Amino acid sequence: MEVREGTAPPTETIARKTLLAKVRYFGRAQYKSQLSQIPLLGWLWGALMAMVIEQAVGYPLARALGLPGIPGLFGLRIMLTKPALIPSAAAYVLLVYVLPTLVVARLSAPLANRVAKQLLDRFPLWVSLIVHLGLFYATMHLWGDINAYRMLFLSFIMISIILTLSLNLVNGYMGEFSCSHPGFMALGAYGASILTVLLFVNDDVFGAPLLPPALGPFLFPLALIGGGLLAAVGALVVAIPSFRTRGDYLAIISLAFMFIVKSLIENLEIFGGPRGFMNQPKWANLPTMFVWMAICLWMIYNFTRSTIGKAMCAVRDDEIAAGAMTVNTRRTKMVTFLFAAFWAGVAGGLFAHVIGYINPGTFGVYKLSEVLAMVYLGGLNSIVGSITGAVGLQLLMEVLRPLQLFKWIVIPILLIVLMIRRPTGLIAFTEINIKDLLQPRRP
Amino acid sequence: MPLLQVKNMTHFFGGLRAVHNYDLEIEPGQLRGLIGPNGAGKTTIFNLITGIYQPTEGEILFNGKNLVGLQSYQIAAQGICRTFQTLRLWRHMTVLDHVKLARYSKIHYGLIGAFFGTGQRHREEAESEKMAYDLLEMVGIGHVADQVVINLPYGVQRRVEMARALASEPQLLFLDEPTAGMNPEELVEMMEVIRRVRDELGLTIFLIEHRMKVVMDLCETIQTIDFGELIAEGTPEEIRSNPRVIDAYLGKEGIV
Repeated sequence: MEVREGTAPPTETIARKTLLAKVRYFGRAQYKSQLSQIPLLGWLWGALMAMVIEQAVGYPLARALGLPGIPGLFGLRIMLTKPALIPSAAAYVLLVYVLPTLVVARLSAPLANRVAKQLLDRFPLWVSLIVHLGLFYATMHLWGDINAYRMLFLSFIMISIILTLSLNLVNGYMGEFSCSHPGFMALGAYGASILTVLLFVNDDVFGAPLLPPALGPFLFPLALIGGGLLAAVGALVVAIPSFRTRGDYLAIISLAFMFIVKSLIENLEIFGGPRGFMNQPKWANLPTMFVWMAICLWMIYNFTRSTIGKAMCAVRDDEIAAGAMTVNTRRTKMVTFLFAAFWAGVAGGLFAHVIGYINPGTFGVYKLSEVLAMVYLGGLNSIVGSITGAVGLQLLMEVLRPLQLFKWIVIPILLIVLMIRRPTGLIAFTEINIKDLLQPRRP
Repeated sequence: MPLLQVKNMTHFFGGLRAVHNYDLEIEPGQLRGLIGPNGAGKTTIFNLITGIYQPTEGEILFNGKNLVGLQSYQIAAQGICRTFQTLRLWRHMTVLDHVKLARYSKIHYGLIGAFFGTGQRHREEAESEKMAYDLLEMVGIGHVADQVVINLPYGVQRRVEMARALASEPQLLFLDEPTAGMNPEELVEMMEVIRRVRDELGLTIFLIEHRMKVVMDLCETIQTIDFGELIAEGTPEEIRSNPRVIDAYLGKEGIV
């Protein structure tokens, strides 16, 4: 067999390259031989071990490294406030998170592969999924358990994920442009809050609770669903006039709707008007939030993979062709919009019961730009993209918080750069196959 | 009873009369052609019958039922499906998704199935997936099922449209210039596909075509229109020798 020119053996090529290339080659080779054989399950329990270590020795270790306490967000927040502490924070992250995760995951890789294989072979897919989700939740819970700041951060991330994903259905999958998500969120937040306060809380406005408060946490899901349904009714008001035709109508009508909802609430004195509405019981704890987020992800995943859901994409790409291929385009648009609004409402309800206080000012243009940025940063038409966008932007906003006002110069510039480089977002039009993700890896 | 009957159909775009007193009767199993110069109103007639436009006047009966006033998806679900002259594919979707989506009206699992993934949904989706693969094999593109349509060659995209139209289980298939822009090789293959579709699925086909070879070879009856009006109807031989058709469309010089 003849050897073609230009295909020199890899070792020779590497020898000629710089030190950096050598390091990179070494890293890739190491990854291939060592890390690529770790299944998701291995990574998850590796991370779980790291969290256990943090629980046990995190505080003394942080003190020993000269840090004022356990770094809140992997030391990312220290970068801008106290640059001198960056090496200590990096050492903490390395010692507590990176090394334990890598070591445990690598050492247990054969075992993890066997378990992952058994889970997939012996049980239906959902069993394996539940096991992975459980491990992931445990990791997250232990991480968030360290302090209240992390708890709140995780709660906001999960709310953002629900919001972003539901908005992506309308703006990404269906290709319309909706601006009323904060309005739906407000409807859901107020709807759910009124239900819980009226039924379970001794409040100045509504008086004594109608039901024993002990029942509250069990009926809380119903209150959230009630809030979601209220948001869906609001969506109907937007959808009926705007889905007669395609085009910019929805953007304008939905933007108007958002302002209407906001000023409506500001003028309803019974719910506190512009001062806000408080006394919500804080029932949206981490496990509750996680379960709701998982249900949201699961339902949207199901929907986007069904023929009825894929009709959204057909409507987006060519509505006339969709109609000619028996797709009821109006129904598709209505269902998608109402479904998205329902989840925005649920997110609003959760938000109200995380903080225990809401005011109409929260659900304005600021919130809208935040959610839109998350959708377009993460990527259109992709569940993974939406999760990336929600987590990414939330993280970015926390990291840049020390910049105060300048944060609102830096973040938009980043978004503009992103829009130029990747117009559809970081991870667009890509779906992850859950089964492939949970597969054992072969060395 | 004719499968499709169009009586006195007239359509105006503002002040422009695009179609005037158009009549059509298609019997089951026929393969008919529609020819005419550019701008004569051929595609408009297709759009009127399939519900993309509403006719200003006239009656359209399919299996004896009136179609005027129905939405295009309702007409398609009743059994008239079509392809488009300029390809109208969904640019972000795979070939398999195209074909499966045309089975939208045959899906019965409803929203509960879509949201929660019920057993009925898995059965129906598997069924339509199998049918989609069969259709893709039939038009000869089974090997590209998982690819996004935008990356495929033109001839293949045409066949995707064809398979997609067939997936809705039509009784009557409208083909709008099925061989437009094809090279001679693709042309012969497409004609073969059209014949196969008709023979194996027993479909009635109505097609618009500019290439005389295709129309004359395939069709049993041909209509010719000019300025929105029917000027001739008959077998290929009759059309070829009709002086009005020669005058308006074929030209005095040599024809095919």
